[in-house]
Amino acid sequence: MPHDHHEHPHSLLPSDPALRVKALETILTRKGLVDPAALDAILDTYERKVGPHLGAQVVARAWSDPAFLGELRSDASAAIATLGISGRQGEHVVAVENTPEVHNMVVCTLCSCYPWPLLGIPPAWYKSDAYRARAVREPRKVLAEFGVTLPEGQKVRVWDSTAEVRYLVIPMRPAGTEGLGEADLAALVTRDSMIGTGLPGVPS
Amino acid sequence: MTRPHDMGGRYGDGPVLPEPQGIVPFDRDWHRSALALTLAAGGLGAWNIDTSRHARECLSPKDYARFSYYEKWIAALADLLVAKGLLSETELAAGTADPAPPHPGIFRAEAVAPALAKGSPYARDGRAAVFTIGDRVRTRLPARNALVDGGHTRLPSYAAGHVGAIVLCHGAHVFPDANAHGLGERPEPLYTVAFDAAALWGKAERAGDEVTLDLWESYLERA
Repeated sequence: MPHDHHEHPHSLLPSDPALRVKALETILTRKGLVDPAALDAILDTYERKVGPHLGAQVVARAWSDPAFLGELRSDASAAIATLGISGRQGEHVVAVENTPEVHNMVVCTLCSCYPWPLLGIPPAWYKSDAYRARAVREPRKVLAEFGVTLPEGQKVRVWDSTAEVRYLVIPMRPAGTEGLGEADLAALVTRDSMIGTGLPGVPS
Repeated sequence: MTRPHDMGGRYGDGPVLPEPQGIVPFDRDWHRSALALTLAAGGLGAWNIDTSRHARECLSPKDYARFSYYEKWIAALADLLVAKGLLSETELAAGTADPAPPHPGIFRAEAVAPALAKGSPYARDGRAAVFTIGDRVRTRLPARNALVDGGHTRLPSYAAGHVGAIVLCHGAHVFPDANAHGLGERPEPLYTVAFDAAALWGKAERAGDEVTLDLWESYLERA
């Protein structure tokens, strides 16, 4: 029997995680606290609609359209809204541009804050203890684990997302892409290049 | 002063393991359910994002270390639901509940897309910023919630007591140290502050590397 008060009531649930979630889902739906159809709608959003292809559109537009880049610099949330991108965990967006002098990389050491409307759900590595612990102290060693070595002379600026500001890295436009349209450019922009742990692809 | 989530700079965690690009697939079915349940229950409006972060931080250090990401979410969600009186410990222990009519605040399927696309902005009208870009500031030492002992704060310990320079001013934002504890939003000016990596860590991987953090005005004093 449960005690009158638990400091951590979650310990009353089954210890197997799949059974824990199932039990909680059963309780919440039976009590009328959660609409099962809402669960499907949430998953449809993040499994099919919202992902790094949206951030890639922003980067491709920034590479192609100097006026858009200007808007992105002055108010990134307003600029991405013109592309129909907005929402939860992307209410206050700041775009940070890589240059030959500075490479930007984003982390959330305290939890796992991430620009969901631009990149979707974060990958497991972004939420891992290893990334959260190490990205701020040894970003270059972490970059090496992603196969990225920065040129001499490029400093690293790591953005620890400790508030509701969400950072989108604008990687440098790869050489040899002068003739490409926005769709072809967007195809070169990887998720990791917009977090700063990767570099965009090069045209084949 | 710290809790186990405050791990920036910690040694011993091993390599970071990259994954394929694109939309991240869920590893397990229960991960899908954990995410959907957490967002749907959040849609009841019974707590704010700072409360839910604090609930995860309040897991015991042992649980925080052994739980995977979505296990932390589910455990904190169960704790919050009980704390807010929405579920009972008896129901949790039974793994079921008596059927009840929908809660008046239930997050309906048709509300999902508009709510996720709208988000919840955290900028507020608030007092004018004391600091401006280029100002040198020193962070609070030790990192702590000055309103609630052991409470939620967004100043990581690795950056406590250090001097940095303001690089961005964001206007006033909801203050998590108050908002997580039902003390109101108490908006304060929010800044991005850049710190020299060599100052934070004793030595940098390369001279000139920097770490920036988003910090509220009451975490800072003029240096």
